[in-house]
Amino acid sequence: MNFNAILLSLRLAATVSLFLLVLAVPLAYWLAFSKWRGKFLLESVVALPLVLPPTVLGFYALIALGPRGAVGKLSQTVFGHSLAFTFTGLVVVSLLYSLPFAVQPLMNSFEALDRHILDASAILGATPARTFWKVILPLSWPGLVSALVLSFAHTLGEFGVVLMVGGNLPGITRTASIDIYDRVQSMDYSGAHSMALLLLAISFLVLAIVYGLNRRVWSPWSSR
Amino acid sequence: MLSVQFEKQFHSPDSPAFRLQVNEQFFPGFTVLFGPSGAGKSTILDCISGLQTPDSGTISIGKQIFFASKSKISLPPQRRHIAYVFQSLALFPHLTVQENISYGLFASDLAQRRDRVERAMHAFHVVELRRRKPRELSGGEKQRAALARSLATDPQILLLDEPLTGLDARLRAAILQDLREWNDTKRIPILYVTHNREEVDAIGERVVTLDQGSVLSRGNPREVLDTPHTPAIAQAAGFENILSATVEELRPSDGIMRVVLPPSNCELEVPLGAAKVGDQIKVAIRAGDILLATEQPRFLSARNILPGTVESLEARGALVVANLFVGVRFEVHVTPGAVRSLALQPGMLVWLILKTHSCHVVSA
Repeated sequence: MNFNAILLSLRLAATVSLFLLVLAVPLAYWLAFSKWRGKFLLESVVALPLVLPPTVLGFYALIALGPRGAVGKLSQTVFGHSLAFTFTGLVVVSLLYSLPFAVQPLMNSFEALDRHILDASAILGATPARTFWKVILPLSWPGLVSALVLSFAHTLGEFGVVLMVGGNLPGITRTASIDIYDRVQSMDYSGAHSMALLLLAISFLVLAIVYGLNRRVWSPWSSR
Repeated sequence: MLSVQFEKQFHSPDSPAFRLQVNEQFFPGFTVLFGPSGAGKSTILDCISGLQTPDSGTISIGKQIFFASKSKISLPPQRRHIAYVFQSLALFPHLTVQENISYGLFASDLAQRRDRVERAMHAFHVVELRRRKPRELSGGEKQRAALARSLATDPQILLLDEPLTGLDARLRAAILQDLREWNDTKRIPILYVTHNREEVDAIGERVVTLDQGSVLSRGNPREVLDTPHTPAIAQAAGFENILSATVEELRPSDGIMRVVLPPSNCELEVPLGAAKVGDQIKVAIRAGDILLATEQPRFLSARNILPGTVESLEARGALVVANLFVGVRFEVHVTPGAVRSLALQPGMLVWLILKTHSCHVVSA
């Protein structure tokens, strides 16, 4: 088994899901509570990676991150190299690719909150920020865990985008799914099998956590 | 004194435009906002609290302005320092009763916060429930906790949107008593929204009636609810008989008019209202204001005596509901003793006796 590839995948998934949480919480908050009529446009953009072929996203990302792209040029002046075929490049493109998996569960749990509870908080003198920390966030924690876990799992399993932007550099961009592909190409079926089984197990575990949470099995305020 | 003067228009593609107009002063103590659902009662509370914004007008308490369209002032709810108890109560499900009550006191220091929480918990008898979560409370306990939470912050106004709906009369009276005792020392305006006549009587103080976005009348419950101005208010106020009628003759010198109750040719004498001959009006009559006789009465001052038949008799607690047919249907309430002594039976011929002033003309 290629532990290097597994570790790389886990590192990528952990980095991406943590960054995404910071990014997705304000975005989901705005999408859930804004009264702006045009917000469906932003909702569509956020959901785009759900339907877009990974190769399309990867292709545009490669162009943007490469030495002639806008992001690539910027990173060239800051870091001295473009982001294509680097771990940072993978993180950036994975943020885009897994965005809906973080935003949607958060948005759903924000929208499901009883508006009267938020109104009650304001009437008791709380600013929107205090309401957010003291009421919205504690009541939305199943959504938070779902967002974290789903974006982790989705990033862990991504293939097309990684191949387009990262290529196949051992230790830098060769993730578990790329490694499996590689082994199948070179007829190493038993190696591919052990890697595939491990990814399957992790994915199942992660989904079991999410669905368990949604059924409020471990919710702190379901009946004791 | 809370002064509320505003207008708000609602547009909806599938219903006619709704316009809410209010110009009221609210003094310390209870004021009941009474009217059928959809009258605009809750919207008034929402505008006072800042959850909704009026189109134009002014809302102020004492010298503090909450909303003024002319000077473009509109304080957000968190800066109005008021209390609002929703029908859903909206207790924070993740906090204990004590944490709920101290939620609004984050600005005060620890000692003061503790003191206020204790006082509120004692006033509303939730001391023993302090460590419970809302889901572990009964309906009445939740209502007490919600009141304690709202009043712990020493608000300058208390808004109550049907907070005691679903409680039995005894429990409701007990909570109202706690609320009165609390307000004896605070003296703040309390606006109590309800569409339930029993709650109006239980509070028994000033009533403002509303229907379709306008204030119709104000005064004590007896005056206001015994002379309803619209069919919807009459219905909400508990008038069992609301009949369609056609004006046949006006007699201004006697202060009455004669109306016919279609499809029958039954005639009634009712107090003179703002109507012309031929107008369609509604007449509201309480079931308890109608007398029954088994023989045609004579030498009576009551002007309306109608022959009819008993269709059904139905015992309901301490009274019997009689459905009678005189060409149109009437509901009449009599005591079980009266049923016995008159030997009332379905199918029997009886006379209904109605005083002119028991017939209330409510606009069409």
